[in-house]
Amino acid sequence: MDPRTTVINERLSRIGRIIAVSSGKGGVGKSLVATSLALTLSRRDCKVGLFDLDFTSPSTHLIMGVKNVQPEEDKGIVPPVVKNLAYMSLVHFSGDQATPLRGADVSNALIELLAVTQWGKLDFLVIDMPPGIGDAVLDLVRLVKRIEFLIVTTPSLLAFETVKKQVRLLQELKIPIIGLVENMKRDQTKDIKQETERLGVRFLAGIPFDPEVEEAIGDVTKLLDTTLAQRIRELAANKIT
Amino acid sequence: MHEWALAEAVITAAQQIAEKEKLREVREVTVKIGELQQVEEDILRFALLQLKPASFKNAAFSIERSKTTLKCRVCENAWLFSKNKLDENTAEAIHFIPEVAHAYIKCPKCGSPDFEIAEGRGIWLDNIKGVR
Repeated sequence: MDPRTTVINERLSRIGRIIAVSSGKGGVGKSLVATSLALTLSRRDCKVGLFDLDFTSPSTHLIMGVKNVQPEEDKGIVPPVVKNLAYMSLVHFSGDQATPLRGADVSNALIELLAVTQWGKLDFLVIDMPPGIGDAVLDLVRLVKRIEFLIVTTPSLLAFETVKKQVRLLQELKIPIIGLVENMKRDQTKDIKQETERLGVRFLAGIPFDPEVEEAIGDVTKLLDTTLAQRIRELAANKIT
Repeated sequence: MHEWALAEAVITAAQQIAEKEKLREVREVTVKIGELQQVEEDILRFALLQLKPASFKNAAFSIERSKTTLKCRVCENAWLFSKNKLDENTAEAIHFIPEVAHAYIKCPKCGSPDFEIAEGRGIWLDNIKGVR
């Protein structure tokens, strides 16, 4: 028997809410939304963790400009504190090396990190998910009792069609969905909002395409000045906390 | 003391099995550890003894090590993992998360990182014995 799964919910027991920022499609801005949400919540006097579960293409460390931090060992692995966040990512262990992982390896690494990471007491744990509805989504749904999803899409039909499938899957599995964020809006159309509400999901925010975001990568202060961060702040104030 | 977290998992899993099997006392717990994770056996044993509940007071903990076999998915070459070929930082990274091996180890025959950890990955609760 794999003993690791038996301690996962105990490890997460002192965390108020566990929010997986997810999308059926890649390239929609999940990592930026997840990182901005975590940083925003921590600035609202909440204790927050950020967990990068995108093992093969992690990017939250690049967004925050994180370099040379290491977890500590104390009856498990204690995440380093970065920008006031308890921060866990596979890059702590893989560095700049490419880490090609197949599904079973993704599951094993995810279970290992959930089983040995000592998060302590947090108000929020924000999880930056890999794209799609593969192993990471299925494992979190299977292993983490109190998981909630925040879904990110763009106005593109290609993104939203896959997001609709993800929403239906989560609804069938009776997993709570906090709502949907539409990122990179290029006009004021309300199509995604209406479609989202038709799915029975709350539309949380429409974030306009923000060219400043790319320049803010690696600089948390600049990032928090962007329109994206401003919309996430409103979302955090009105719909999360 | 990363081993402490793994020991907690072993004890919790063993308790769950004992409950399911209606064992009022556990006498023997067998744990397997794969070489890849490089678990420190002494620390694991110490943690298991510290963490064991009352119903495990007479339990003997048996820890068996197993070699790690890696098998290339491209050329089907199989080889044994050896910590000695790694620098200290790499070995430690793999100790924490064995899948990180895919970032550092390549098939010695064809150079591919696409290999399977066929045997001996990490910790495994192999068996528990007790009395009803």
